[in-house]
Amino acid sequence: MDKRNGIKNLLTVALLAGTCLLFFWAENNLDNFQLRILNLAAIFAILGLSMNLVIGFTGMFSLGHSGFMCVGAYTAAILTMSPASKELIYYMEPIIPILAHIQWPIFPAILMAGLVAAVFGLLVGFPALRLRDDYLAIATLGFAEIIRIVVTNTISITNGSLGLKDIPSINSIWVYWGSAIITIIILKRIINSSWGYAFMAIRDNEIAAEAMGISIFKHKLLSFTIGAFFAGVAGALMGFIITSIDPTMFRFLFTFQILLIVVLGGMGSLTGTVISAIVITIMMEVLRFVEEPIDLFGILSIPGLPGMRMVIFSIGLLMVILFYRQGLMGTREFNWDWVLSRLGRGKSKERGDSI
Amino acid sequence: MRKAKRKFTVLLVVLMIASLALAGCAKKTADQVKPASDVIKVGVFEPLTGTNAAGGQMTVEGIKLANKLYPEVLGKKVELVIVDNKSEKQEAANAVQRLVSSDKVNVIIGSYGSSLSMAGGPVAKTAKIPVIGCSPTNPAVTLGNEFYFRVCFIDPFQGTVMSNYATNTLKGKTAAVIRDVQQDYSVGLSNYFVKAFKASNGDASIVADVSYNTGDKDFSAQLTQIKAKNPDIIFAPGNFLECGILVAKARELGIKVPILGGDTWEAPEFLNQVKAYKDIYFSTHFTAEQPVTEVSTTFLNEFKKAYPDKEVNAFGALGFDAYILALDGITRAGTTDGVALQKALAETKGFKGATGVITLDANRDATKTAIIKKVIDGKFVYDSKVEPK
Amino acid sequence: MSMDSFLQNIANSITLGSLYALIAIGYTMVYGIIRLINFAHADLLMVAAYVAFYGIFIFALPWWVAFAIAIALTTLLGMSIEKLAYRPLRNAPRISVLISAIGVSFLLENIGIVVLGARPKPFPRPEALVWNIQAGNISFLSLTIIIPIVTVILLLAVTYMVKKTKIGIAMRAVSRDFETSSLMAVDVNKVVGTTFAVGSALAAVGGLLWSLQYPQVDPLMGVFPGLKCFIAAVMGGIGSIPGAMLGGFLLGTIEVMLVGFMPDLSGYRDAFAFVILILILLFRPGGILGENVVEKV
Repeated sequence: MDKRNGIKNLLTVALLAGTCLLFFWAENNLDNFQLRILNLAAIFAILGLSMNLVIGFTGMFSLGHSGFMCVGAYTAAILTMSPASKELIYYMEPIIPILAHIQWPIFPAILMAGLVAAVFGLLVGFPALRLRDDYLAIATLGFAEIIRIVVTNTISITNGSLGLKDIPSINSIWVYWGSAIITIIILKRIINSSWGYAFMAIRDNEIAAEAMGISIFKHKLLSFTIGAFFAGVAGALMGFIITSIDPTMFRFLFTFQILLIVVLGGMGSLTGTVISAIVITIMMEVLRFVEEPIDLFGILSIPGLPGMRMVIFSIGLLMVILFYRQGLMGTREFNWDWVLSRLGRGKSKERGDSI
Repeated sequence: MRKAKRKFTVLLVVLMIASLALAGCAKKTADQVKPASDVIKVGVFEPLTGTNAAGGQMTVEGIKLANKLYPEVLGKKVELVIVDNKSEKQEAANAVQRLVSSDKVNVIIGSYGSSLSMAGGPVAKTAKIPVIGCSPTNPAVTLGNEFYFRVCFIDPFQGTVMSNYATNTLKGKTAAVIRDVQQDYSVGLSNYFVKAFKASNGDASIVADVSYNTGDKDFSAQLTQIKAKNPDIIFAPGNFLECGILVAKARELGIKVPILGGDTWEAPEFLNQVKAYKDIYFSTHFTAEQPVTEVSTTFLNEFKKAYPDKEVNAFGALGFDAYILALDGITRAGTTDGVALQKALAETKGFKGATGVITLDANRDATKTAIIKKVIDGKFVYDSKVEPK
Repeated sequence: MSMDSFLQNIANSITLGSLYALIAIGYTMVYGIIRLINFAHADLLMVAAYVAFYGIFIFALPWWVAFAIAIALTTLLGMSIEKLAYRPLRNAPRISVLISAIGVSFLLENIGIVVLGARPKPFPRPEALVWNIQAGNISFLSLTIIIPIVTVILLLAVTYMVKKTKIGIAMRAVSRDFETSSLMAVDVNKVVGTTFAVGSALAAVGGLLWSLQYPQVDPLMGVFPGLKCFIAAVMGGIGSIPGAMLGGFLLGTIEVMLVGFMPDLSGYRDAFAFVILILILLFRPGGILGENVVEKV
């Protein structure tokens, strides 16, 4: 048994090293556009993972993700912009003095963005998590809208609809995928802890879970707050990749895209979410051709159909939910036992948790 | 069921690999067919879907027309690469990144909507590829980005022009402002108008200042508020989508005073809503009735030929100008090198475009004539023009 | 606020409130039976408006013919959505059905963008229906009178159907318990289908009147009224038909009066609607007229 675990640990280290090599290769060989899409995929992976924790693992249908992203993005942006550009950009109404002169390094700012978003998660979750299913969905959607409207109207803090620009730009794949990998590791540990079992018990049967002595509300709030934290981190990263943000970015459409990733990947599977985040982000760009005019040898020209990509994605979502409800991975995770058994080496009957 | 599921999983994986391979191939073939030196590529990022679709589409019509008329520069063919930015910032940044990295364009045009331009700007700046904005009027677009230029005037100028027009021509002593809090354009323009109007008519001259949100359809409560204050004029800059309904509603409520707005109003969608009414004024960049330069005449004639069922509009004209300015810059620089082109464009002076004579100032913004139009008998009609100081 | 302004705002509230009420009735019917927020309901408004628009402009039909066709087609569409996207998930977790509803909504909106174009189109106002009324210093459209009348008539019709007809009794039975009703020889599929038909027809009427009042149609036009009317339905007590009516009028009045009395807060108007929604959900989840149902084990 020990030997097997040793092999698995070794394999994990090897996989991490391989991933690092892959990033190293990507950083040097991909052009900026491809790198940007890859980095965007990392952000969507974090978003998908955090939403999956809430929806897939705890069974709470929350649609408030864009609101927490918004909080995170603004926190990180205000903390990292230079005082000079703040003075330049807040030309309508100057920024309140406390915020005018601070300038933090990137990493504490990302962490702070997550924490502030988590505080909002706590504040929203405290009342909202007493609701269930569609009521919870509509209430969280409402909170996200409220956050966005408040951000739009508090001009001396957020610059209102004018948005923020000149946010420090980060192109390094290490920052984005590094954050994504840390997120994966943390969430994996949470899910395999007593918290995680409590979350899944709540998802599978709330009343039974309560009967087993699990504090429902505490664990729901915990899951929701952790979800908000990572949504905030992703929001911060989104600011660094685009370098300008405004409140209209964080509409419901964003939440829909994340939901798409979670459902396609499989509600309750971290592996599935990561894969589907990468696939969908790439498809988003690859499928551009369906919206562009197609010219067949100058004889026949088909005019472009703007909006076609979203039609394809909506149909994809419906197909999955109607016919393959588990999505890509169901509740399965990538795991070495499965790989080993596939390779014909592992003869033990340990496959119970892999399928 | 298990089997079906596995099949589906395999299908998804295959699809993913195929998409990656496709992306790779598509790029390679493009490179093989057209080596970069044979053509000069002009990238365009405009909103073809989403809330700003109408403006983006009008702009692209103008750019395509210009490309048809002037297909060559420095003896090379000019190729347009048009990407949709979906009226979303994240998409706008991606679109520009794609233009500079994958399509390797030499110069970029866009975008309708200042926030979209601001999302794309930094990417182009890093890649040292100049961008020429057609109609983003927010001052922040070019601030601190020496690779961003524009062929339109900016909001402080537009706000002042409308305030002066309200004060001097319409003889207004009091004004009400209604703004869309979610649109940077609307908020910015309103502020500049309020500032200028207060300077001319005193601090108490703004009798009402109310707001709404993008997507609202019901403005009756805000307008009732304004009606009770009985202002001499109303300033209501915003998207044509909301403003068409807003202005019509004001008239239905019996508000008869002049209503003023900004350049976004020049869209058939706006006109459709307010056809039956008068005393509606807005500032814009171009008029068909008073061609300012010989280029204007060319543009007018060719536009009517190319799009016989469409009205000539300012956004098409600005797209047209952005394109010919790009070509002019390339000619003057004698090369497509980004830095040299940036330098050449920054020196633009007295350039004759369809929308007037364009001189770029130290902030790379155009100083040029503003046109005021009004709605009469269901048409946009030229009213007057205002020269820059 | 002066008397004139106040009366004008009353007229504004009635117009907005009765539109909200009409659309909210459709929401509440569907929710009452299958406990599902039919996100696609909002987009049915858009479909009805576009059908009428094309009927009048392209096929030059008289407005009432175009309106009738619009209502018929929207009803068919509503029933098909139920059959294709919701019925297969009847025994699935609630989350799946909700995701399906969101998927349908996005699909309809984006098909709208692809097929109809993203640019808005002007909705025609037949002179027989829309004219201006001036009463002293107050002016409003004839719609301010027509819409509440239509709303009340439809409310009475739907209430009659639910309370007195056989299908109505079946609906109420199904809303209590799917399984038991099917044991009692109620054809659940037929009942749910009928509910969707009625709900979609109401959405169509709502969409048409909405487009007459705010005469501009675009593929995303349903989103905003959809959310607001859902809030109205929850306020009144979701599942309760008179409740939806009351909620609609209340929300309309609150929104108009908020801007009327506190113009400085007009930018927060939409946030306010959500605040009301959340407060109601927390303190009286059954809504004003609804019954508070305890979750069954």
